[in-house]
Amino acid sequence: MKEVLEEKLKKEFSESSFEFTEQFGELTIKFDKSLIVPVCKLLKQDEALAFILCEDITAVDWATRTNRFTVVYHIFSMKHSFRLCLKADVDNADNKIDSVSFIWKAANWPEREVFDMYGISFNNHPDLRRMYMPEDFEHHPLRKEFPLMGIPGSVSLPKK
Amino acid sequence: MQKLTKDDVHPKIVQALLGADSHITLEDALENEMILNMGPQHPATHGVLRLLLRLDGETVIACVPELGYLHRGYEKMAENMSYMEFIPHTDRLDYISPPANNVAYALAVEKLAGITAPPRAQYIRMLLAELARMCSHLVSIGALAMDVGALTVFLWGLREREKILDFFDVICGARFTTSYTRIGGVASDVTSGTLKKIIEFLDQFEEKLDEMERLLNGNRIFIERLEGVGIISKDDAIDLGFTGPNLRGSGVEFDLRRATPYLFYNEMDFTIPVYTEGDSLARYFVRADELRESSKIIRQVIDKMPNGEVMLNSPKKVLPRKTEIYTKMEELIHDFMIVNFGINPPAGEVYSAVENPKGELGFYIVSKGEGHPWKMKIRSPSFANLQAVPHLVKGYMISDVVAIVGSIDPIMGEADK
Amino acid sequence: MGLESKLVNDGFITTTVDALAAWARENSVWPMPMGISCCAIEMMASGDPKYDISRFGSEVMRFTPRQCDLMIVAGTVTYKMAHVVKKIYDQMPEPKWVIAMGACTSSGGMYRSYNVVQGIDQFLPVDVYAAGCPPRPENLLNALMQIQSKVGKSRVKDFPDAPELGFEPKQTEVSL
Repeated sequence: MKEVLEEKLKKEFSESSFEFTEQFGELTIKFDKSLIVPVCKLLKQDEALAFILCEDITAVDWATRTNRFTVVYHIFSMKHSFRLCLKADVDNADNKIDSVSFIWKAANWPEREVFDMYGISFNNHPDLRRMYMPEDFEHHPLRKEFPLMGIPGSVSLPKK
Repeated sequence: MQKLTKDDVHPKIVQALLGADSHITLEDALENEMILNMGPQHPATHGVLRLLLRLDGETVIACVPELGYLHRGYEKMAENMSYMEFIPHTDRLDYISPPANNVAYALAVEKLAGITAPPRAQYIRMLLAELARMCSHLVSIGALAMDVGALTVFLWGLREREKILDFFDVICGARFTTSYTRIGGVASDVTSGTLKKIIEFLDQFEEKLDEMERLLNGNRIFIERLEGVGIISKDDAIDLGFTGPNLRGSGVEFDLRRATPYLFYNEMDFTIPVYTEGDSLARYFVRADELRESSKIIRQVIDKMPNGEVMLNSPKKVLPRKTEIYTKMEELIHDFMIVNFGINPPAGEVYSAVENPKGELGFYIVSKGEGHPWKMKIRSPSFANLQAVPHLVKGYMISDVVAIVGSIDPIMGEADK
Repeated sequence: MGLESKLVNDGFITTTVDALAAWARENSVWPMPMGISCCAIEMMASGDPKYDISRFGSEVMRFTPRQCDLMIVAGTVTYKMAHVVKKIYDQMPEPKWVIAMGACTSSGGMYRSYNVVQGIDQFLPVDVYAAGCPPRPENLLNALMQIQSKVGKSRVKDFPDAPELGFEPKQTEVSL
């Protein structure tokens, strides 16, 4: 499967670099964030590959690197029973990436969750609101600088 | 349920509700139609799910679910505690079938650490996962029946579930939130007397299940309330991220126990029930059939269970046995290191998914080589299944919303994490 | 409080009527199940045939606050949900009691995080705390029995807002 993917991606996107890693039996492909929409379209619509199930979208906060966040996509191909992981780095200064919710409808809510928890905005997302925290909450909880017990005064409590 | 004016609802939610039909302006929308709040506290919402419905009379035009009323901060807490300390938290994810979540988490951490539990432990895990699946489906069918008005089935389902919880009590020590699996095996062994009692339970379970089905399957009210309600096509179901019984009710034969086998499922003989209609009645039938398949799998597991130990003997990664801790020096030191500093898996990341009763439960763990994870993401099936609710309820009436949410069977503990 | 509001003086007949009303109230405590998470499943299990809450007179688990006198808060209360719980509590008519079921409602439980209220007694007056994670159904029934003994000892004097004549709403934020 790895060779098929390598060949198809290098054919379509010959100028860009793809980093393939295999760990614990899972394949991961890392590339630049501007390519996310064309690559996902290819992976979904290609007849031989057919990655039609988007399982999850999440992000990792590396805290002290220059490219602070990595957005991670897990997609699954039922035809080959094969799971693939895609990664794209996003910097804190320019924390925007294109949304894939028009490719897989299942990507809608996970992207909202990433926005709520990390503050990464998705361009062209149909409805980018917070997922879990109340709308007037000002921080992004899963960033590494947010304390576990929260910031006092950021959420309100009813009076006794 | 309360009627809201446009000042009560947050403007972004109003925008999302009206986004369904973009040529209607804010003023006209609220003259002809109404926004109804099916609030977090409601007997039929299976937990604290808030649904905002935009209605034209009784028909639903758009629906916006709002989650977050049970967001307990699991992922942030996981970054601050060791792998073993997180096991009790996994119980409370899908809180109707706690042993299944324990098994999923233990498999994920073992994949990261590069260890495999001994065969007897794996068979015991399969036994518990299938018993948990039976618990979950009994409650699910009972709650669905209760939502559409059949209260007796709910009590009969709970009566059978109490017998299964007695088994959890004997095997795991706790009847409900079990926290039974450990990294490298399970906490304690199962005696053959318990296994015999489980077989006796299964022998009488088939006729009790037949009794429950006799009440429902021919019942005209039940069928009319569920047939043709909440239809979703095969392609839409996969595109919206459905997994589990909801997907199998739409004609897709996909089960992680067959597609990416884990534990010893590839040696078990069972069929995957699939129904093609895609409505709520099909999803109910899938769950009822899965109860029978699970009892078949449990019989095979008990038949084939090998003898052996239940915890792996790898002192650096797995907790040593209590008898050795009290007598030998190295085991004492390893126990101290593992409990205080955690097992230190190699740096890397892993995504491991199992077939939970609700769908696919996945754990994505990023480790930097320390005792606690750098990041843990829980891919919960109910979160993905709830995403389809706005798509499913369009055009149906309010009472159908209750039936649809019941047939999707969300659990807010895992949807909100 | 209806009948007793007309009989506030401590005569022989009125104390007997008072005790009778308290006995009736004690044996028919209708719970309002504020079922939020895992403890709600154990609350459901205390209503099933094995543990049978209806022998205590409490099987009528109405989900509308207007008809209940006991609120069982079962499950982790987050900050977002706390407003909802308080609103439902305000909608219950007097006299009312609260059971805080489980570790999460008593003190935040095992969740020491940014979104969980560390104990519902920060915004609700609690009468009985039931410990456990989740408490076994027998534990919940024990808590119910303690509430019953508390209800049985209550008299008109304990509810000073009982109006003598006419009707005066106690709180101003009423919806539904």
